[in-house]
Amino acid sequence: MNQNLKEALLVVTKLIVQFHTDRGVVKALDGAELRVGKGEVVGLIGESGCGKTTMARSILRVLPSGGRIINGAVFFKGRDLLAMEERDLNTSVRGKMITLIPQDPFNSFNPVFSVGTQIKDILKWKGEAKANRGIDETIIWDMLGQVQIPSPEGQLKKYPYQFSGGQRQRLMIAMALLPSPDLVIADEPTTALDVTVEAQILRLMTGLVRGREISVLFITHDLGVASEVCERIVVMYAGQDMEDGPAEILFSDPRHPYTIELLESLPNPEGKIRDIPGEVPSLIHPPEGCRFHPRCPSARGSCSRQRPERVEVALGHWTRCFHPVR
Amino acid sequence: MSGLRLAWIKFSRDRLAFTGFLIILCLILTALFAGVLAPYPEDTFKIRPAERLKPPSLKHFLGTDSMGRDIFSRLLFGARITLIISIIAVGASLLIGVPLGLIAGYFENWLSELIMRIADVFLSIPQIILAIFLAQTLGPSIPNVILALSITYWPWFTRIVFAETRVLKNAVFIEATEALGTGPLQTIVLHVLPNVSSPIIVRSSIGMGYTILTAAVLGFLGVGAQPPTPEWGVTIAESRQYLPEAWWYATFPGLAIFLVVLGFNMFGDGLRDILDPRIRRGFE
Amino acid sequence: MSRKVLFYIVRRFLYFAPTILALLILVFFISRVIPADPAALVAGEMATPQQIETLRHYYGFDKPLHIQMVLYFQQLIQGDLGKSLYSGRKVITDLFDRFPATLELTIVSMMISILVGIPLGIVAALKRNSVLDHMLRGLTVSGLAIASFWLGIMLQLSFGMWLGLTPLGARIGVPEPKFVTGLFILDSILTLNGNALLSALKHIALPAITLAFPSFATIMRFTRSGVLDVMQKDFILYERAMGLPPGLIVYKYLLRNAVISTVTQIGLLFGLLLAGAVVIETVFDWPGLGLYAYNSIVLSDYQAILGVTLLAGIAYVAVNLIVDVVLTLIDPRKAEE
Repeated sequence: MNQNLKEALLVVTKLIVQFHTDRGVVKALDGAELRVGKGEVVGLIGESGCGKTTMARSILRVLPSGGRIINGAVFFKGRDLLAMEERDLNTSVRGKMITLIPQDPFNSFNPVFSVGTQIKDILKWKGEAKANRGIDETIIWDMLGQVQIPSPEGQLKKYPYQFSGGQRQRLMIAMALLPSPDLVIADEPTTALDVTVEAQILRLMTGLVRGREISVLFITHDLGVASEVCERIVVMYAGQDMEDGPAEILFSDPRHPYTIELLESLPNPEGKIRDIPGEVPSLIHPPEGCRFHPRCPSARGSCSRQRPERVEVALGHWTRCFHPVR
Repeated sequence: MSGLRLAWIKFSRDRLAFTGFLIILCLILTALFAGVLAPYPEDTFKIRPAERLKPPSLKHFLGTDSMGRDIFSRLLFGARITLIISIIAVGASLLIGVPLGLIAGYFENWLSELIMRIADVFLSIPQIILAIFLAQTLGPSIPNVILALSITYWPWFTRIVFAETRVLKNAVFIEATEALGTGPLQTIVLHVLPNVSSPIIVRSSIGMGYTILTAAVLGFLGVGAQPPTPEWGVTIAESRQYLPEAWWYATFPGLAIFLVVLGFNMFGDGLRDILDPRIRRGFE
Repeated sequence: MSRKVLFYIVRRFLYFAPTILALLILVFFISRVIPADPAALVAGEMATPQQIETLRHYYGFDKPLHIQMVLYFQQLIQGDLGKSLYSGRKVITDLFDRFPATLELTIVSMMISILVGIPLGIVAALKRNSVLDHMLRGLTVSGLAIASFWLGIMLQLSFGMWLGLTPLGARIGVPEPKFVTGLFILDSILTLNGNALLSALKHIALPAITLAFPSFATIMRFTRSGVLDVMQKDFILYERAMGLPPGLIVYKYLLRNAVISTVTQIGLLFGLLLAGAVVIETVFDWPGLGLYAYNSIVLSDYQAILGVTLLAGIAYVAVNLIVDVVLTLIDPRKAEE
């Protein structure tokens, strides 16, 4: 299946994002680029701190205080989200065309309001709809049923703390799907869950999404999970995108040195884990050029001076490297 | 760079905390050298009827009181009294409250329950009222004020130390020391105590401010220091009948109290920010 | 209301009784065991040795300690707190008499602190690190450092004596309104007495503001940090990411969460107010329990002071209990602990 021919839904170009902190300016994203096609499940993988979450927050323009989008564009269905009016963005895009499944389902619920109130609030305030438009609860019950929450009718009155971790994440999935979005951003949706629950949730998510032609930007640091769920994978490192290609090919025939190191760090059947030599760079004083070059076995020449452009090394498979492997 | 040096740099950057520190320093120096700094050191007991109720002038910076005494000098000596009362009171509360808190926190038995219940009871009556009650029972005097303040303040230390000790108790390194066979006393003193020292220090500074205020209130009510002691609260009480003409009589002692308490509060806040920004902005 | 919440509330009520009991015992201990001669204390400074002896016998101070304790509790249950030297009446009568004045002052002060403190705290948090925020924080810091009796005297000096805008003391300058609740403001409204209402308001203004100042500072500080805390929370991020209108997020959600942290403080605030009432009433000649306590101190009226202490303790514990229950009703998570 030629994924690269799928119509583009989301195109992030040359995104530069910085955070102003007490210790200096953190250059979190350095001209990162990303593309998600219609109905495509794209994985965004990388180590902690590589900028995956910043990417997600920038797309939705909900950066924490101190964060600034310096440059770039986020094209969604043809429009640049970064140039949109805030009001517009809020009523037509956030929680409607693009929804979020957050990392920590416990802390993402407001503890003092019932689950029902919170679900309805997300649906209520969108588009030109007036605040008092009643929400049809049967639609909500139906969705709860689809995420396998038993006896959905009685659940809306309950408070978040009354649900288990897995159930809360199912609720989050329901809330992400209820507005019939075009794109769901799932930010490490299973990291806070037990391994057994994780498998169920992943199955649930993939099942629901497949039937509806919904795109998913699946953020994770777990390569195993990514390989199960995603059709295409983008590898990030220290605020730069490094490699972008179909999942099976990326895992079997990686071209970027960082991807190769990452894959080799996966525990192999004998249970050995290999550490990548070196340390994750400081984003306040990041390396020049390709940010991986200090740790890269293939680094030479212009790697320390210039950032490589995206180069198509095979059909639908891009890499940013002056010296891609093989 | 050592931790202490780092802390000092961070501290001196915090302008408020540093100002607080300077104020406290001034207070201590004033208290120590009141006899030298005061233009009229004999005014703690001498009366000058001819100079009654004179407004501020070059001769008397802050004016004179109803007995013709120089208010500025008396304020300086008042600083000494204030400092003595507060340091001893807070020190005593600390000596009572911290060990009790350590015991209650470290052990989880009937003793802990008992200690915390007793602390709760002492906290169930607003401190000033309890202090008044105690002072009345014992008789009005400075030592009794110190006693009353210590008895009413120790539960605050116990509560904080208890909470921190409980948290620490479940920390892995404590389990490790226990497994090595270290007795409870050693564990508490060598391992737990250093780790709870930050909240204790912060609370002591804030406690100083609070105690100074309470001591002034007790003085004002006539329950503590008595005239002719130049205690700040007593002076304000004396001044009331001479208002509004002798406005300086009431104004300056109050300003002194304000400045000093402010200093301790700012210092305490600054300490809290360095030592453990994690601590919620606690009451008082 | 879930069962767990109910259980929690019942447990709290059950805890109330032993605390009160312990409080009563503490007061007993201080008043009977600590003094060298409890009878002399109660009799006052003017008493002759014979009077002291009579009193000793009358109150049973010559009996063994455990019998004294029984007598003590017996008297308390009957509401007998002894006689006041000052008024000659039963202390309990005096307390009831003076209670409404202090209640009114406390309520108005609390309302001022809350109605001014919470909005300012929210504004300070939303406009973090702005000039306004720094000014407000300066106010907070001052509020906790100023001796309230001194503040009262200064306000009295400026507004009362120099500017002549407010009366110097007392509770009302015209005849009292007809008695309904004992709270002059409420009574004058209920009996449509405009004169009394105006006078009552003018008289309560300075004392209430003075009393409210430290509490207002505390509330503002806590609201500010409560709002800042909540703003960092993950659920706020989620709500923003899912497009909830910012107005909704701030007012409905933030406010409720931040208010919880403030309600928590109200119990302690009540303690501040109670303690402050003694000095404020003294400064402004406000005929409440505080002034009563002060007069009792001056006259060494020991039984009266004992009565006030007991009342203050019981009231404080009761208010904390109520606050706790209310908090659990708003935020059911508390019951889970």
